[in-house]
Amino acid sequence: MYRFNYHKPDDMDAAQQMMADAEDGVYLSGGMTLIPTLKARLASPTDVIDLSGLALSGIELADDSLTIGALTLHSEVAAGNEISSLSNLALAIGDAQVRNRGTIGGSIANSDPGADYPAAVMALAATINTTAGAIDADDFFQGLFETALKPGAIVTSVTFPLPGRAAYEKFPNPASRYAVVGVMVAETNGDVRVGVTGAGPCAYRQRNFEQALADNFSVAALDGLEVDYAEFNSDIHASAEYRGHLVGVMARRAVAQIT
Amino acid sequence: MTSETGIGAAVKRKEDARFITGAGHYTDDINQPGQLYAVFVRSMYPRAEIRSIDVSPALAMQGVVAAYTGADLAADEIGDLPCGWMVKSKDGSDMIQPPHPPVAVSVVNYVGEPYAMVVAETLQEARDGAEAVTADFNELPVVVDLASAHGADQIHEAAPGNQCYDWELGDREATDAAFASADHVTSLDIVNNRLIPNAMEPRAALGMYEAATGNYTLYTTSQNPHLERLILAAFVNVAAESKLRVVAPDVGGGFGSKIFVYAEETAVIWAAGKLARAIKWRADRSESFLADAHGRDHLTRAELALKADGTFVGLRVKTVANMGAYLSLFASSVPTYLYGTLLAGQYRTPAIYVEVQSVFTNTAPVDAYRGAGRPEATYVVERLVETAARELGKDPADIRRLNFIQPEDFPYETPVALTYDTGDYDASLKKAIELIGYDGFAERKVSSEANGKKRGIGFSCYIEACGLAPSQVALSLGAGVGLFESAEVRVDVTGSVSVMTGCHSHGQGHETTFAQIVSDKLGIPFENVDVVHGDTGRSDYGLGTYGSRSLVVGGSAIVKATDKVIAKSRKIAAHMLESTEENVDFEEGTFSVTDSNQSITFPEVAFSAYVPGNYPLDELEPGLSEKAFYDPENFTYPAGAHICEVEVDPETGKVEIVNFVAVDDFGEIINPMIVAGQVHGGLAQGIGQALLEHGIYDESGQLVTGSYMDYTMPRADDMPNFVVDTTVTPCTHNPLGAKGCGEAGAIGSTAAVMNALTDALGVVDVPMPASPETVWRAMQGE
Repeated sequence: MYRFNYHKPDDMDAAQQMMADAEDGVYLSGGMTLIPTLKARLASPTDVIDLSGLALSGIELADDSLTIGALTLHSEVAAGNEISSLSNLALAIGDAQVRNRGTIGGSIANSDPGADYPAAVMALAATINTTAGAIDADDFFQGLFETALKPGAIVTSVTFPLPGRAAYEKFPNPASRYAVVGVMVAETNGDVRVGVTGAGPCAYRQRNFEQALADNFSVAALDGLEVDYAEFNSDIHASAEYRGHLVGVMARRAVAQIT
Repeated sequence: MTSETGIGAAVKRKEDARFITGAGHYTDDINQPGQLYAVFVRSMYPRAEIRSIDVSPALAMQGVVAAYTGADLAADEIGDLPCGWMVKSKDGSDMIQPPHPPVAVSVVNYVGEPYAMVVAETLQEARDGAEAVTADFNELPVVVDLASAHGADQIHEAAPGNQCYDWELGDREATDAAFASADHVTSLDIVNNRLIPNAMEPRAALGMYEAATGNYTLYTTSQNPHLERLILAAFVNVAAESKLRVVAPDVGGGFGSKIFVYAEETAVIWAAGKLARAIKWRADRSESFLADAHGRDHLTRAELALKADGTFVGLRVKTVANMGAYLSLFASSVPTYLYGTLLAGQYRTPAIYVEVQSVFTNTAPVDAYRGAGRPEATYVVERLVETAARELGKDPADIRRLNFIQPEDFPYETPVALTYDTGDYDASLKKAIELIGYDGFAERKVSSEANGKKRGIGFSCYIEACGLAPSQVALSLGAGVGLFESAEVRVDVTGSVSVMTGCHSHGQGHETTFAQIVSDKLGIPFENVDVVHGDTGRSDYGLGTYGSRSLVVGGSAIVKATDKVIAKSRKIAAHMLESTEENVDFEEGTFSVTDSNQSITFPEVAFSAYVPGNYPLDELEPGLSEKAFYDPENFTYPAGAHICEVEVDPETGKVEIVNFVAVDDFGEIINPMIVAGQVHGGLAQGIGQALLEHGIYDESGQLVTGSYMDYTMPRADDMPNFVVDTTVTPCTHNPLGAKGCGEAGAIGSTAAVMNALTDALGVVDVPMPASPETVWRAMQGE
């Protein structure tokens, strides 16, 4: 690590003020990405603002939605809640150590292409609540490690509407166990959304799958559907073409879970 | 004494209490007052001429005490890192050993090669200092691809065509004749993938120098501290052997990668002398990936000639082996004497010819990694045998049985320079077949298919040459050192015992196994025996631990020394019992007079040895401490049968090992629990090679798999429940009848997995590691 100023604010305003005052500040949530990056000297922020003192943890159930505080640990989501597909997704993140440190807000704000939560955010039509207002899922993920989060703003919670039925299927990277491809399929009152993570630069919706499933919610409905993998990620573990293939496989398996 | 702690008992490991409670004492746990920290500046270029290095910006940084370049070491006449095994080419010429300065002087040849070292008061300051070093490089053309390395741009002035040697073994004419007369020839092009060892504890060194005495002490993560000392003294010129103490304390895994003498500890101990301060270095995991010696990395064309009935008549193998940028300590021996000599496998193949061309590339040095040459040989032979069985429509077990060397054939001289002393290969195969339920495989395959999975089964009947090594054989083949082992059994006044060994335990459990042997033989409690290893200041010169040698060679030395202790004790006991040596029996810790009820215990004799009131000192020296050196007559030949069953998900290409049986003949076993643990660990590494692990450099020479984000280390959930069992044919030439078990798992398993996978897919070959995409592509016919 390089030297940096460490701050641990106890309220939101102070946190944002510290960020505004910093020459090159960065928020620290669970640190699952930031800490290894700092340790490898791949980042040199002047200030690290640790959000763990903020009261942003917890899961709240409303009539038709679940709101999860940004600092809620993966293990807390994995422990079970009204959206079982989301618990299953959280249980598939990293390992026990990661799940006991990593947070939903950090995962979403980072927009790592291999992170699991973004698939759920897309498929469940979540709302990202931030200190600078709420952002719809469809507007949030903008590219590789890029989001619509305003500079200096903090994700405070994520609101997931309760789905009629939903399932997540993940094909993990054999080394890192990040998602090579993760697909969440959700159906609520006939509206179908298919969120895909891992395959592209950031999470997206597989619209042709959604249309096919809206007409006929069955595994067979996905047969023969194309996945355009031209812009997909490619690495030593999975080529873009293979990722494209896996989007279909994981989507079919997700549908199979809930039909 | 057949007790709960004697030979053959599954005693829980003594050392585990400290390991699993975090109370181990590793190099990085050891600190000295006023200790400095070293950080190495490493090349980002795979190949470049060093035009200039400027360490002055580092020296200006806070806390930086010194900064050195290769020129500074050279000015102090610090020598090159040597290769300890001379291999000769077909034409009789010596292998090419290019200059290998510990810290690069005029050229860098792989990413991660150190070209400067910064020493500072704190680790953070040393890191900052290292980043401040500037250098001007002239990038040179890079050689990465192994297949085209010979004839690519020449890396070393001394090595035309980038060739280190072009070696052969066996009878070319006889082999060619066998092929000419064969009914069938099975051919395979085989890639043995590069692996990165990844010991749990990264390499580390703590160098100390005492100006008043001129004594150096080096704590380091070594599998063979005496050899480390010998090389640092005799070749690298750091200090006289007597002035240098090398201690390898608790070491967290080696797998071969800690046999070698590396740049870092060399520079650290040298700089400790320059500065007369203690200096510590510990590799980051990223440095381990870049700068530990890698393993395997062969390209092979292999052909097996058979009669129509499946009888093997000839084997022809041509291999290109990657040495990396420089010759590491034992690199030259791995693809030759530890590989070509094993190509007979368990079979009576009458004619074998192998050619191995070793080449340099701009990658990290490649050297011995668990199994070292023998996994590569097994992979060649067992992939060929299984493929031949398929091509001829034979059962893979039957074709092996048809060709096995039979129990009555021993001692069996192979066409590739080894003489197997004993074995019963069908006994292991038979047991493995029973344990896996081979009869039920067809049924299991049908039920897998019903679940949408492809199922396959694969065999691997491996042999290895272990117990390195008969010194005179090794020396005649080019080894630079003898390969005996030393032992001292020192009995204390009160009858407790310290056992000094030149072997080194870095996970093998010697503290337990060796204590079992000595306590069993002396009839004293297991708890009263302490094993001392890893310190040149405490043990006689020994050769360390690798090549499954510790029990076989080191254990035999311990037996020899213990027998001397018993012999002397018997003499003392005879005087104490007022009898004669011939009339004194020793059993279960008690000396007794034949045909009398008089007896005396071993601790009583030990006490008398040191309080010498009751035996004549003109006949017997006081004290009870004996030394022995043991040089093995032959290698040992552990062998066994591994059978693997896989299920493949045809949609994703993911391979699951659903059944794995390993039946090994390790000769006599001292501690079956430790043996099972060794087998489990080896299997994980062999399966890792087959399905998961791959050290990859891109075309530009950068290491792509430089962290656990990309290098797939096997994890518990990648592994099946192993079924492991043993058969026993005792080794004929060592006092324990033992053969060694440290590498077998990694040697036998890889071919079993790949044979199972190719069976499941109905293809000839799948490149390793058989990652999901690789398998998926194989299923698309790519």
